[in-house]
Amino acid sequence: MNNNHSTSNSTSTRSSQRNNGGITQAGIRRSRIGRRALWLLFGLYVVVFIIYLYAPLIVTGVLAFNNRDIPSFPWKGLTLDWFYNPNYGKVEVEDETEAAGQIGIGRAGGRVGVFNDQDLLGSIKNSFYVAIAVTALSLVVGTTTALLFERNRFKGDTLLYFAMLAPLVIPGVILGVSILAFGNSIVGPLRAIFGRETVKPIVSLLRPGLFIVVLGQFAWIATMATLIISARLRRFPMVQEDAAMDLGASRFKAITSITIPFLRPALISAGVVSFLLSFENFGTTLFLIGSDPTLPILFFSRLRFEITPQINAVSVVLILGTILLGMAALGLEQLRSSGRG
Amino acid sequence: MTAQDSITTPRKRKFKVPWAIVLPAIPLFLWLSLLIVFPHIRLAILSFLKRGQDIFFLDNFLNIFLGNYLAPFQDPDQLFSRVFFKTVLFSLVNTLLSLIVAYPIAFYLAKVLKGSRKFALLLLLILPYWVSELVRVYAWMNILRETGFLNYLLVNVLGIFDQPVEFLYNNTSLFVVFVYSSVLLMILPIYSSLEGLADEQIQAAEDLGAGPFATFRYVVFPISLPSVTYGCILVFMISAGNYLIPNLIGGKNTLWVTEMIYNRFIISTNWNLGSAYSLILLISTSIMIYLGLRLTGQSLRGVFSEQ
Repeated sequence: MNNNHSTSNSTSTRSSQRNNGGITQAGIRRSRIGRRALWLLFGLYVVVFIIYLYAPLIVTGVLAFNNRDIPSFPWKGLTLDWFYNPNYGKVEVEDETEAAGQIGIGRAGGRVGVFNDQDLLGSIKNSFYVAIAVTALSLVVGTTTALLFERNRFKGDTLLYFAMLAPLVIPGVILGVSILAFGNSIVGPLRAIFGRETVKPIVSLLRPGLFIVVLGQFAWIATMATLIISARLRRFPMVQEDAAMDLGASRFKAITSITIPFLRPALISAGVVSFLLSFENFGTTLFLIGSDPTLPILFFSRLRFEITPQINAVSVVLILGTILLGMAALGLEQLRSSGRG
Repeated sequence: MTAQDSITTPRKRKFKVPWAIVLPAIPLFLWLSLLIVFPHIRLAILSFLKRGQDIFFLDNFLNIFLGNYLAPFQDPDQLFSRVFFKTVLFSLVNTLLSLIVAYPIAFYLAKVLKGSRKFALLLLLILPYWVSELVRVYAWMNILRETGFLNYLLVNVLGIFDQPVEFLYNNTSLFVVFVYSSVLLMILPIYSSLEGLADEQIQAAEDLGAGPFATFRYVVFPISLPSVTYGCILVFMISAGNYLIPNLIGGKNTLWVTEMIYNRFIISTNWNLGSAYSLILLISTSIMIYLGLRLTGQSLRGVFSEQ
């Protein structure tokens, strides 16, 4: 911070020398003190803000390791039971030190860790599958759409561009509802045209379930991917592609061998963003999910039912997972840009 | 290019299929038509129909198309209209609060910090936003619950209160969490626009005798106006379309339009009424965005391309 004071002070002196008139030395000193106080106030505000940002996450993190059967303070020592309980399911005599009112199953055996819980693991798996499918679709369609808008001018391109942006200003809940309603409405006509038995597999895909969840999330995540990829494509030197074509490459070959590698950093960040947005999506998914929940849906329904320390442990897994993935992507980008100079 | 081709090979054919446009347009068209346009048309059709019917109904003149739109407003206890206005009002308040909270942070980040400190703060701000919204909202419940951290601090550690207090389920907690979940969407655009403001411009204003307020009013704020608009649009959208925060943090009286849509679609199935609710929400948020753009003299494309 000191560093920056000296720079701002020196600029103020320099500029006052430049237009020597009107500003007194005392005035400069006064504004300097005022500014320092102002910056201090700003700094304090930022510190309070950072506490506001991190306090809930840290409290949740600490509670996940607290050795109690209810998710609250005071601190009773460290346990990893809520992540994985090696004694899960074993019937034990009640523990005298913590008579928390557990009947039947002893304290240690009653704790269900995240990795003891098959339903939870299943929902994590579902979220993974959905996120991978959404990411793959979004990257492909994002790239082709970016190529379309950045390379071509055609009749109605502005209108189409707005239509492409629309998913960003449609609330996720409404997107989910509309796709649910549309999927449901084409079942009847499909049956009428092709016959009940022939369309059975298609109809089951249109019903609430993971497949339609993928479509619903893709509907707006593809816009995010398109915007990220477009931003980099705008800086692509077309001469490179032209050179490749002069040397005998087809347009397709030139795009796959020159343009796509150029887009790689944008593809990586678009991929990470798409994956995270999909993995944690709630609003759109809520309306399209069937009996097989994704992690956020299961998390929410359990939360509504009862708050347990296990939910804190799931939160910790999610917090660490997303932050690690984000940092890895950021680090990769940093590495690339520093490597290139 | 096509003009050139037709000059060099005039006899082949006049019209050449522009594959560079057609090929990438196919996935775009499939995406937008099947997942955006048709579903919303279906929603509109549903909203014009009477429950359980797939044909237009003709009860009386007004109800020809708008039965589902008028019903919620003719309802004697006015549940929908109260919920609707509350959603819009609270979303506006949240937008304003987020702007007030975010601006100093964005300014500090862009104009006061330099180099690695700036990068560190930026990272500190972004990190929590990578975490799922659900986890972030839930984390606040750990603080505000009756058996939460704040009560533990106030009752057991500091001894200020004798009894734990329920901090959840009221408007204050609602806004604390709403701002928490949306403020970064305000900070980042404002920060990036203030980055483009040269220090010399602020200096020049001060040299010409402008006080801090005048400098802010005439130099700093106008530069950031497009991104303020962008941030406000994002935050308003996120708030009005939110489901989790009013559901988990808001009190019994804080029903949100999205919750009513959920109830109509999933719990007590009346898709026609639910569709009307959805379109009312969609249209009103679109109008708010339009008004926001007009008020600040921006265009949607300008606001988006700025980012």
